[in-house]
Amino acid sequence: MQTEAPEQQSEHIVRSYEEQLKRLREMVARMGGLAERQVADAATALIRRDTELATEVVGRDGEIDALETEIENFCVRLLALRQPMAADLRLIVAAMKVSTDIERIGDYARNAAKRAIVVSQQPQLGSLNGFQWMAKLVQENLKDAIDALVREDAAAAERVWGADAPVDDIYNGIFREMLTHMMEDPRNITAATHLLFIAKNFERIGDHATNIAEIVHYAVLGHALPEDRPKSDASAYTVVRPPV
Amino acid sequence: MSASMTTANTEAGLGTIQARSGAALNPARIAIRNLEFFYGANKALKGINLDLPDRQVTGMIGPSGCGKSTLLRILNRMYSLYPGQRATGEVLLDGKNILDSDVDMNALRSRIGMVFQKPTPFPMTIYENIAFGIRLHERLSKSQMDERIEWALTRAAIWGEVKDRLNSSAMGLSGGQQQRLCIARTIAVRPEVILLDEPTSALDPISTLKIEELIDELKQDFTIAIVTHNMQQAARCADQVAFFYLGELIEVAPAEEMFTAPKQKKTQEYITGRFG
Repeated sequence: MQTEAPEQQSEHIVRSYEEQLKRLREMVARMGGLAERQVADAATALIRRDTELATEVVGRDGEIDALETEIENFCVRLLALRQPMAADLRLIVAAMKVSTDIERIGDYARNAAKRAIVVSQQPQLGSLNGFQWMAKLVQENLKDAIDALVREDAAAAERVWGADAPVDDIYNGIFREMLTHMMEDPRNITAATHLLFIAKNFERIGDHATNIAEIVHYAVLGHALPEDRPKSDASAYTVVRPPV
Repeated sequence: MSASMTTANTEAGLGTIQARSGAALNPARIAIRNLEFFYGANKALKGINLDLPDRQVTGMIGPSGCGKSTLLRILNRMYSLYPGQRATGEVLLDGKNILDSDVDMNALRSRIGMVFQKPTPFPMTIYENIAFGIRLHERLSKSQMDERIEWALTRAAIWGEVKDRLNSSAMGLSGGQQQRLCIARTIAVRPEVILLDEPTSALDPISTLKIEELIDELKQDFTIAIVTHNMQQAARCADQVAFFYLGELIEVAPAEEMFTAPKQKKTQEYITGRFG
């Protein structure tokens, strides 16, 4: 049974409460924006072999962590003082959960940046187009998921939720490619291993973006998306045969 | 979940509202069907369909004048005291329509008790406050009466506070104690259904919590309907919550669903404080 989305909610009678809810949305949007930038910069640092930018990404992660704490404290305060109900309650709980996901996304971006520094000191392994694509896709998904929360757009959240499959496909491709590089020449192993982890980081970021989309969908409509999300990560079963 | 668990306002075109998940509701003790109520020419309730589940608490919420207290007053035929007020439709208690003209009001009110917003102790002793109601319905020996009074006061969680002063005036009790005394008076005649009209709106927070704890206790034996303006109270006490607006039942659902994900926009707006 579909519920009509109460998208254009009227204003709360208590204006200061309305303003606090608005502020909460803004905080989550700001945190999401920071994480997007971290993901993008980590990818750029990797592709341009730019250790300076990578170091910046590592250093900026603290901002995201601080925002997570700020959002959590603010939510606890709202829960205690406003006793929110229905859509307000769902928004506040969603903000808490989403901020945890974004914090984790920040960690993955930082880890990717750290490894990008190591990779930049190793011989180049083919083109890194896949990484660029993957980072672009997860960054878009993250942006759309956060926008969906801010605009209370359940349909947009559902689109993000279903849009992770291409990320998995690229990840599978990178996985096979790296195994091949390693088999061709053991001297590639250091770089290839770090690149595999970087790819995994981006893939996990994509999963967290879909998590956020699920949370946003529940926050807006009050019922959850189905359990089974379209997935195509098959790297767990991937075997590359050595050349004969 | 069966579709018969909760129904609302089919006439108003809202369709049958089904309970969605989680909280299971018992079969109906009271079944309200197509109930309409008139103050003279003024229609105060429109096509109400609502089940009060057996030995569970139904919370009724809605802005002032939405008809929730009117509905409570219908359930024990209080309105019959006033000329010009009439109800159509059915209120079935064990299959019998209590709106029928052949219903014995005294018997009905011993089966469906009511507690009001302001405590209404009679200006007599604590003991007599309870005994008064029992005598209207039953003849008990002195020892039976003593036993019943202790039982009622114990069930109403006030026995410990009054057992040494049963013969002093009820007017000397605090507001919270008076309200629990009134609840004791109501359950002393061993009703099946208890109607509570804003029972804690005149009480301090601790007395309020005591009454809420009491409601939780009492629902083991009684079917309870509570009208409240306090949304948190409905959330804390009720198994099922019904939202009324302008004489219509807009939505009814298990409490946890009502307060986390109501279906109707009006309900959402009301419980989040966006109109009312």
